[in-house]
Amino acid sequence: MAVMKFLRDKRTRRDLLTYALVIAVFAVVYVMQANHMIPRMIAGQLVPICAYVVMALSLNLVVGVAGDLSLGHAGFMSVGAYTGIVAAMGLSEVIPDDGLRLIVAMAVGAASAALAGFLVGIPVLRLSGDYLAIVTLAFGEIIKEIVTCLIVGVDERGLHVLFNLTGSLSVSDLNLAEGGIAIIKGAQGASGVSVISTFAAGFLLVMVTLVVVLNLVRSRTGRAIMAVRDNRIAAESVGISTTRYRMIAFVVSAALAGAAGALFGNGFSQLSATKFDFNTSILILVFVVLGGLGNMRGSMVAAIALTILPEALRQFSDYRMLVYAVVLILVMIISNNDTLKSAAHRVASRFASRRKEVGADA
Amino acid sequence: MPKFEFERGKMVPVPSHSIVPERDVNSAPVLEALHLGIDFGGLKAVDDFNLTIGRTEIAGLIGPNGAGKTTVFNLLTKVYAPTRGTILLNGHDTSGKTVHQVNRMGIARTFQNIRLFDTMTVEENVKVGLHNTKAYSTLSGILRTPSYWKREREAHERALELLSLFDMQDLANHQAGSLPYGAQRRLEIVRALATNPSLLLLDEPAAGMNPSETADLMENIVKIRDTFNIAIMLIEHDMNLVMNICEGICVLNFGRVIAKGTAEEIQNNEAVIEAYLGKQKEA
Repeated sequence: MAVMKFLRDKRTRRDLLTYALVIAVFAVVYVMQANHMIPRMIAGQLVPICAYVVMALSLNLVVGVAGDLSLGHAGFMSVGAYTGIVAAMGLSEVIPDDGLRLIVAMAVGAASAALAGFLVGIPVLRLSGDYLAIVTLAFGEIIKEIVTCLIVGVDERGLHVLFNLTGSLSVSDLNLAEGGIAIIKGAQGASGVSVISTFAAGFLLVMVTLVVVLNLVRSRTGRAIMAVRDNRIAAESVGISTTRYRMIAFVVSAALAGAAGALFGNGFSQLSATKFDFNTSILILVFVVLGGLGNMRGSMVAAIALTILPEALRQFSDYRMLVYAVVLILVMIISNNDTLKSAAHRVASRFASRRKEVGADA
Repeated sequence: MPKFEFERGKMVPVPSHSIVPERDVNSAPVLEALHLGIDFGGLKAVDDFNLTIGRTEIAGLIGPNGAGKTTVFNLLTKVYAPTRGTILLNGHDTSGKTVHQVNRMGIARTFQNIRLFDTMTVEENVKVGLHNTKAYSTLSGILRTPSYWKREREAHERALELLSLFDMQDLANHQAGSLPYGAQRRLEIVRALATNPSLLLLDEPAAGMNPSETADLMENIVKIRDTFNIAIMLIEHDMNLVMNICEGICVLNFGRVIAKGTAEEIQNNEAVIEAYLGKQKEA
């Protein structure tokens, strides 16, 4: 009875369908991958795609659900990536199992990014609108510069961290003991990373992110966040602290981005800090806007399509980004076309009414 | 200056200088504003505002346009920090509190220009109002622990119960922004009531309503007071409504109180007539 009532709720059904779709896509791709049916170009993109899907979902929480325009989301991915890499490399002897170590790395990445999100959020969430966008953009760049200055190594005595502010230090200044390894080498980024991220782990992270985001949105906290987005003054008037709930959205989003960063970072043997620059932040924002604000399924589709597209367009070499831009513009025009929208709506409602008739007969 | 320690059930007399309905005289006032004032630059938007509202009183705040009525509401709900004076809500000083904190202390309001959560459903709007009374942690919301299910069910039932007050339970799944004007005004009242206030402030609840809707509203305001046993203060330009249901009326002009009293007293007050109609020229 309780289950029936639970299923009768339209939103619950929609959420379950989303989970089902993600699982189905994963299963199909996984089987195809096992049978070598996926082009090599795309097979190498599976882990980054998962990371970008998580990035899009988490940014949608801030931009779509909380209504705050953040332009520095890649910064949190960067924090998660490098702390995740350091955790995975540093713990390679303590936790020999790759899968478990990746999970720990993602947890470390999430925690560090959440902390960064909290610290950034204290000044940033006093602002709104354009100011918020500008300041988050700056924070994204600051995080990038900080990582560029970092030199990190590990040996049997523990972790060695140098902050290369003058640019005169190098890996040898870490004074690593014999057998120690340098993990992050300043502007060069991380190199020699053992690749432990797998498509299955990426899928797991996507599922966890979906559960966190969808359950959050459907909870009291999510309603408070959306109330703040819709009308800040009214939300305050019914006893909701706007700062607190914007902060919750911001920190949860940063934590998920951090986990995605750890997944991403541990999927490449070499990773430079410039990977997480302003362009990446904008790319993730494009996923969110193209997929629809607050629309989690749309975010995922956009992230997948727009990560594969540049790879698929590689044969056009020089014209690649041109075609990419044209596709973006076409999608925006088509998805905002009233004639097409009403046509789609008619088709959908016809299906819905037919289903109702069938339901009545049964 | 008398200060009251408020305790539920404990009888503390209201100060002798104030006017509250007979039945509220023996219980502590729900709200006391003492010498309240705010300056905007050099302008004293509100000055020396004193008011006592009885526990179950329906009070009216009237005055010509620009008299400072909404400013008084914004002071009481802490949208503006008062430049001078004290506000005691249920006997507690509200100085230094923020808007959401005074709501939790027992004051809820509606807005002159409707402020709903437009993209959310009617039921969700009410549930946002239930935010602090049906509480569970963010984590238990994400993990959907038993307390999530319990509180959500309670919130759902309470929301429908509150909506049924205005026969709006059938609209529960409609988007708030798409409701007709009158229903939006009613939803704002329901949302405010959901926060379990001891004082409800209504800013022009009858604005834009036709006479029959206004008559319904009058009945509903009295019904709310009787059902929830709370005090209601309203700003209204519809004199028929104010004179019929308000037990105490406060008249504001140029930021100052020019008269206080019952409907009859106000109607015959020289200063009020002058403020509204202008001074009669000597023939």
